[in-house]
Amino acid sequence: MAVEKTQSNTQKFTATNVIIGIILVVGAILTILRFTKGLGAVTNLDNNNPWGIWIGFDLLCGVALAAGGYVTSAACYVFGLKRYHSAVRPAILTAFLGYALVVFALHYDVGRPWRLPYPIFVSQGTSSLLFEVGLCVFLYLTVLFIEFTPAAFEWLGLKKIRQIVVKLTLVLTIFGVVLSTLHQSSLGALFMIAPSKLHPLWYSGYLPVYFFISSMFAGMSMVIFESTLAHRYLSHKMDHAHHEESHGVAFGFAKAASFIMMGYLAIKIVGLSIDNNWNYLATGWGLWFLIELVGFVAFPAILFAMGFREKNLMFVRIAAVLTVLGIVLNRLNISIIAFNYHLPSADRYFPSLMEIGTSVFIVTIGIVVYRFVATRMPVLYEHPDYKTH
Amino acid sequence: METIMYTLHDFMTHTKNITYLIMGGILIFLPLFWLFLNEREKD
Repeated sequence: MAVEKTQSNTQKFTATNVIIGIILVVGAILTILRFTKGLGAVTNLDNNNPWGIWIGFDLLCGVALAAGGYVTSAACYVFGLKRYHSAVRPAILTAFLGYALVVFALHYDVGRPWRLPYPIFVSQGTSSLLFEVGLCVFLYLTVLFIEFTPAAFEWLGLKKIRQIVVKLTLVLTIFGVVLSTLHQSSLGALFMIAPSKLHPLWYSGYLPVYFFISSMFAGMSMVIFESTLAHRYLSHKMDHAHHEESHGVAFGFAKAASFIMMGYLAIKIVGLSIDNNWNYLATGWGLWFLIELVGFVAFPAILFAMGFREKNLMFVRIAAVLTVLGIVLNRLNISIIAFNYHLPSADRYFPSLMEIGTSVFIVTIGIVVYRFVATRMPVLYEHPDYKTH
Repeated sequence: METIMYTLHDFMTHTKNITYLIMGGILIFLPLFWLFLNEREKD
């Protein structure tokens, strides 16, 4: 008995768990500091740079990378590609956690977080893009929550209510796609208000289109990336169907992502041309822009294509990681790096350690909750009582 | 070589000329890329 207890304790105190524990404790301290001492005590934000990494990384990247939810459910339920069915639940879970953490991170970033419901319930600024983003995120988070509840109901054995929610799947999927189209693009449109602050290579009248299209392949890459991690760490939780379909999902998404990325690359070049920004390419900013566009869009697009053609899973997985990094780089470039580019270096923003720590804390919460849910609820396997096939 | 532009019309004619040529290139490239992607599927 004592030996069993020691073994169980050893399993709990793995290196990963200890690191996660430390991050959570540090995050809790930072949270107390943020909400007792205010934004000024923990961030490097100022009047020139009111949006830092809590918006640039936690919000913009969080929303883009959570796009796997609407992409996968639309592929499966709207376009009828049932071979992607096993990928829907993990994608919905990732999306739900992504959006939930976006809202959670927003509580840290806004000055008076208790007023977050105001734009929706008290004072609607219907002419504001930010209002539209807020409304869509609020509604889409609700949709994702409802879309995910069947897994929780199966886990809890609530058959009748699960049956009702399952009947709503198609309606929820369509609603999810509509909401995603609206707010993914509006997040890009937000930056159109600052043509003099954002570097011309990133500023474009097509920013909403860029954000929306890039969210599609960001979502697909995230599904592939998350599936790679799940295969490595939660393989024992997967059923036969999940194992069998996962390669097909990866190759199918690789093909789609590759083509969409080439289209994205094309419209980026069109944007460059229509604004006649070619001369900036020969500058340092131009080199940075080309690194983003060639290294993290064109190269992974070709890698996806080669992976799909050769049925090489390694190529597909590397391309997915590069694409995810590319999306993070793109969102950070637009919101932070190429934003306020004209300011002297002393006035430029660089996140404080406490801001970075809070972001790491929020991502860690996501990983912990994902692990908690995926090891308990039927996410990576079909519940035996509810087999569809 | 720097192109000198005196009016907005000059600017729009110049950028649109180049953009239309690029769009033509894209219209040729994307179907070819699609064929490249699907080439092995037929085998």
